[in-house]
Amino acid sequence: MQLARRPAVVAESRSRIGERVRSKHVGRWERCVGVVVSVTLLSACAPGLGRLVPGLGAPLPVQPVPGGSPQRGALELRQYGCGACHAIPGVPGARGAVGPPLAGFAGRAIVAGSLPNTPENLVRWIRDPQGIAPGTAMPNLGVSVADARDIAAYLYTLR
Amino acid sequence: MLAIATAVFVVVMLLLLGALFRPRSAQRDARPGQGDSALGESGETLFVVVGGLAVPALVLAGMTILTARTLGAIAASPAPALTVEVIGHLWWWEVRYPAQELTTANEIHIPVGQPVEVRLSSPDVIHSLWVPQLMGKMDLVPGQENVLTLQADHAGAYRGQCAEYCGLQHSRMAFLVVAEPPEAFAGWLRAQAQPAVQPTDAFLAQGAQAFAREGCIGCHVIRYGTGPVGTAVGPDLTHVGSRRTLAAGTLPNTLGHMAGWIGNPQALKAGNYMPTLPLAPDSLRALAAYLESLE
Repeated sequence: MQLARRPAVVAESRSRIGERVRSKHVGRWERCVGVVVSVTLLSACAPGLGRLVPGLGAPLPVQPVPGGSPQRGALELRQYGCGACHAIPGVPGARGAVGPPLAGFAGRAIVAGSLPNTPENLVRWIRDPQGIAPGTAMPNLGVSVADARDIAAYLYTLR
Repeated sequence: MLAIATAVFVVVMLLLLGALFRPRSAQRDARPGQGDSALGESGETLFVVVGGLAVPALVLAGMTILTARTLGAIAASPAPALTVEVIGHLWWWEVRYPAQELTTANEIHIPVGQPVEVRLSSPDVIHSLWVPQLMGKMDLVPGQENVLTLQADHAGAYRGQCAEYCGLQHSRMAFLVVAEPPEAFAGWLRAQAQPAVQPTDAFLAQGAQAFAREGCIGCHVIRYGTGPVGTAVGPDLTHVGSRRTLAAGTLPNTLGHMAGWIGNPQALKAGNYMPTLPLAPDSLRALAAYLESLE
């Protein structure tokens, strides 16, 4: 079929070629618009897609810490001096650089380098670092269970 | 003082009101060349001479006599019972009690209700001692000793701050004046005069060894009964655990803050002269616990 149409293309008059050139330009323009529209639509659908496919683009579930208050946790992080070793967003003066920064802590998979980042493990780690990772530089600051829960609740607000 | 200022204010305001509400007829009737004063030319001259020369001369003479008397009384007052030397360093305060042969840092303890002589000096640049609630500012000048009298009439901890820009960490060069009842102050002096004791606890002993091994002794000193260990370049640490703050008023003195401060002082007070040492995690924890135990 293509072979059959070729002679016709060759035989086109100048004006027709001009028309084709113009229509080619229009085609490019339309393509651009099409790309923009489709990208916009796709990105608008992305959150919905994320919801359809578990774990894709969906926000991490908030880790509930029973009895923990993030507001109190922020104060306690300051009082215990956690910020002297860790940079912690939202805690005044917490600009320490001995241990890892805690920004994005809620999205971290492992705590203490060895345990899944669950509220129970985090509370254990805060209260008794040596018990979980002997030799760690993180000191035991004598944090009560209630305070450790508050601190954990605050850390899980850090996305 | 408020009464005098109020009286002056009232007189000035009355004169102003008088000028504002003077009847216009008085102005219109005034002949050219005679001024527009209702007093007349001679009365006007008298007003200027009395109000502008005689009264101020009397007031100033009176103030001069009062000032001279007060200065005389200050000079004649008996020598204060207590002398404290405060030496401004980049960026912390050395505090010495020469009669008691004590040295501490970033905390000036004084007895409540007693005038204390504070002698100020600096080995490096000009600093300024300022405790807003207790006194005005006075500079610490290299090569010169300035003296002030400090008195707190109520017990409490008063925050002070370097008030003369002195470099990178000028803003984190703070201190506390701790005013205590005389008995509590005497108790503090006694406690500070005690030498440090070598710890018996294994973990704390590890900290004491780390202090001597890890380079801390290059700048800090701990005075033991057997003699001092270290060098007094930075703050004396013999009773560091008893102080309320670390790093010249920068951090509360708790175990967590102590560990972070030793672990990486440059992150908390960038550019200060305490280097970040490569400490083993165990040494860091033991050192922090040991220093906190030095009360």
